[in-house]
Amino acid sequence: MENTALAHHLLLAGLLFVLGLTGVLVRRNLLVVYMCLELMLAAATLALVAFSRFNRTMDGAVLVFFVITVAAAEVAVGLALIVALFRKRGTVQSDALTTLRD
Amino acid sequence: MPDGLFIFFAALTLGAALLLVLSRNAVTSAMGMILALVGVAADFFLLDAYFLGVLQVLVYAGAVMVLFLFIIMLLDTEDPQGAYPWKTAALGLAVFFLLAASVVWLFHWSGAVSTVKAGATPPELSTNPAEFVTAAKAFGRLLYSKYLLPLEIAGFLLLVALVGVVSLSKDNPENQA
Repeated sequence: MENTALAHHLLLAGLLFVLGLTGVLVRRNLLVVYMCLELMLAAATLALVAFSRFNRTMDGAVLVFFVITVAAAEVAVGLALIVALFRKRGTVQSDALTTLRD
Repeated sequence: MPDGLFIFFAALTLGAALLLVLSRNAVTSAMGMILALVGVAADFFLLDAYFLGVLQVLVYAGAVMVLFLFIIMLLDTEDPQGAYPWKTAALGLAVFFLLAASVVWLFHWSGAVSTVKAGATPPELSTNPAEFVTAAKAFGRLLYSKYLLPLEIAGFLLLVALVGVVSLSKDNPENQA
């Protein structure tokens, strides 16, 4: 802990966010896309905690608490939507879901 | 130079995230996601945010990822075999390297975030509850004073999500295609 600077944590958070964004752009499986979205949220919380710790305020950490709460609710609703979609269409590949385009 | 534990967990997190993005098998992706979230939780511990680290493991790596694995195995999705479409792979690589390079530049070389002076080591912890404290008690105090309304809204959001999930997953015969 002694020698890790704020920049190192921000670097890790930024790289995690970029990885998640790449996954959202590249992957076609809706479930994996959803996990990549969660990864981006986790990266943002990491940056929040780092800023909070280095500024000696509690507000960023409390915000992370709310982010985790909202993410849990979001995952529940999103997965229910994906299951409903699968029951209707029989697939979760985003390539196959072109009803609005055709 | 950051210390060994941070390097270890950062490498673990990034490697697991890479596994999540690149793996063809959705279950392997979920395993990578769990590892990445545990790595993030370990980083919370390194930042003295013990309560958040425990919360991350319990809620994310525990409940949320179990839900994900359950749905993955329930739906039994199979990715189409064969190479990635050429355009998609090129777009992904371009976005990744462009943004990763800009992140490294911004946080490492531009000097926007100081590594030597003020930000080299985290400041000392204090016992003032409004400042950064490791104990869960400080969370409770802030949640029930300054952040009381957001806390109520978060609770209501969870209730709405609960009702929404029940109504979404109810088998509705006239809606079946």
